[in-house]
Amino acid sequence: MRNVAQGPIAWRSELWGSPLRVLATVLLLVLLAWGGFHVVDWGVLHAVFRPDAEACRAVQHGACWGVVAEKWRPMLFGRFPYEEQWRPAIAVVVLSAVTVLSAWPRSWRWWLVPLWIAALLLFVLLMRGGVAGLSHVPTSRWGGLPLTIGLAVVGLALAFPLALLLALGRRSGWPVVRTLSASYIELVRGVPLISVLFMASFLLPLLWPAGWQPDVLVRVLAGLALFVAAYLAEIIRGGLQAVPRGQTEVAMALGFGRWPVQRDIVLPQALRLVVPALTNSVVGTLKDTSLVTVVGLFELTGALGLALGGDPTWRPFYLEGYLFIAAVYWVLCFGLSRYSVWLERRLGEGAR
Amino acid sequence: MSREASRRGAWLAWVVQALLVLAVLAGAAWVVNHALEVLRSRGVRSGFDFLTEPAGFSISEGWIDFDASQPFWRAFLAGLVNTVRASVPAAIFSVVLGTLIGIGRLAPHVLLRGICTAYVELLRNVPLLVQLLMLAFAIANLLPDPTEPVRLLPGVWLSKGGLSVPWPVSVEGGWWPTHFEWPEKGDFGVSGGAALSPEYVTIVAGLSFYSAAFVAEIVRAGILSVSQGQVLAGQALGLTSVQQLRIVILPQALRVIVPSLTNQLLSLVKNSSLAVAVGYPELVSVANTTIGSNGRAFECIAIIMAVYLLLSLLISFGMNRYNARVALRGWR
Repeated sequence: MRNVAQGPIAWRSELWGSPLRVLATVLLLVLLAWGGFHVVDWGVLHAVFRPDAEACRAVQHGACWGVVAEKWRPMLFGRFPYEEQWRPAIAVVVLSAVTVLSAWPRSWRWWLVPLWIAALLLFVLLMRGGVAGLSHVPTSRWGGLPLTIGLAVVGLALAFPLALLLALGRRSGWPVVRTLSASYIELVRGVPLISVLFMASFLLPLLWPAGWQPDVLVRVLAGLALFVAAYLAEIIRGGLQAVPRGQTEVAMALGFGRWPVQRDIVLPQALRLVVPALTNSVVGTLKDTSLVTVVGLFELTGALGLALGGDPTWRPFYLEGYLFIAAVYWVLCFGLSRYSVWLERRLGEGAR
Repeated sequence: MSREASRRGAWLAWVVQALLVLAVLAGAAWVVNHALEVLRSRGVRSGFDFLTEPAGFSISEGWIDFDASQPFWRAFLAGLVNTVRASVPAAIFSVVLGTLIGIGRLAPHVLLRGICTAYVELLRNVPLLVQLLMLAFAIANLLPDPTEPVRLLPGVWLSKGGLSVPWPVSVEGGWWPTHFEWPEKGDFGVSGGAALSPEYVTIVAGLSFYSAAFVAEIVRAGILSVSQGQVLAGQALGLTSVQQLRIVILPQALRVIVPSLTNQLLSLVKNSSLAVAVGYPELVSVANTTIGSNGRAFECIAIIMAVYLLLSLLISFGMNRYNARVALRGWR
């Protein structure tokens, strides 16, 4: 089973090594050729790439990529004012640049924190406007890719400190703190995200004083952060458990206090251990942001519905639209999961 | 630390903890009280009394017939049954498909490995909601009309109207199914057998395909965790590769697989709540409709959370029992 050899020589014996293998190879090749032919035939040979609805309708068995050519801006930026869409575009680039920079272990220094704060401020400034000559755009008109990425990034940033407290609380020597943390984590992990989002959009308004309605974006963000925190807390707890007890004892013997031990000795090691698991959680959160479309926010998935749903000319070509946003999600998530694999290997080298 | 100081420390700890409990209780009491006040000021009644009132909406499918004149509690029950009706087949399909793909990812055949890897990487990195909406669109628009269904297998018909499959039925008045009723194609579409609605097909297929990608990774990791020596020993004993897999590798891999699989099943059941987006009337969808009709958001969300917690506990309990059976005994 596991002797999966590498290289073309091994492949040749895998493919043609025995009569059974020859049979399997032929069957699979036929299957691949048949599937590949249909995909290429539909997606490339008979496809319409121009934003021409007439041509799209005339084609019987072919994709209409013209829908993407025509609607890519509302798909990517939602209802953001058309002439101002350079602002969300720059906002996305800024967040992505900071994310890529922090993905590199060598840049894990203290200056990342102020950099992130600056990037998030710039993001909000560009999206919201209202200062420096930028026109004000209410959050109800934010949408598409900037909303997807912004929700994931800000949601994770808010969730992380809470997760840290919950993870430490669950390992605390104080039974009350332990019970409260454990109940919170188990309660939140036991329910679907969608019910947390419904709660955020239906229930939170009841708690605010009458007359002041918090923005739906803020409420959804709060729900997302509270939800993600429970999952991150369990990952961090795993890391904390993996740090040998001896480390704590040695530090205590050297005269460290309870908190400095956690802050300077246990936490850095624990977090380093779970960075790959945290990256996987980031992928999950990025995918989960698609659910906010159910409570009426137009992130990538919602923006597609918005762009095509109200337009009878292009409505028949939903499938191509879905394939386009699926490709956007795929690139983001696949990139992150490859990164997680790379990071695991790199951190593993350092540890050995 | 002197004894005196440590006693004082313990005392302090209890005071802080007592204060914490008080703060949490006071916070919760304030939230509930405040919410009730706001509700009252808006003229919305609160409490679970609405459960016995007629619902005013009907549920088109499921094992429990439900029409608009029946009370809300029955609607929630029908929704819960629909959740189970979608989750259980999806769980079975995803475990079977995922196991095959997971084994396929380690197969000694480069094409098979490649296809299985492509499946996992493609489906794992696209949100389930996007996959469900895509499937729903494809079923509603690309399939032929119900009057001209395509035959997938003998007795299995697929069209815009959904999927028809053979179903065991009993003779008049009997309890135990005696024979299968086969769907037949007539002039007005397929009749007989079990007719599964497009929404149901969407949610079961979407959940199965998506979860299978994750199950495949769990199975692969489980198989890789079995030490190479075990395989060599199996070969030395003259076992065939199927026997090696069945007798030597899988029983040991299960110890690694079952705990992760439990997590995956839990998330599958929770993910079934996305059916609300494709119009399958499961629990969250029923609760959402109820909130829309009478504004009892607090109560409905409490019911959703309680039911999912209960389902999660049941799955954990069952899977932990199973885990205890496959786990290594003796050494701890």
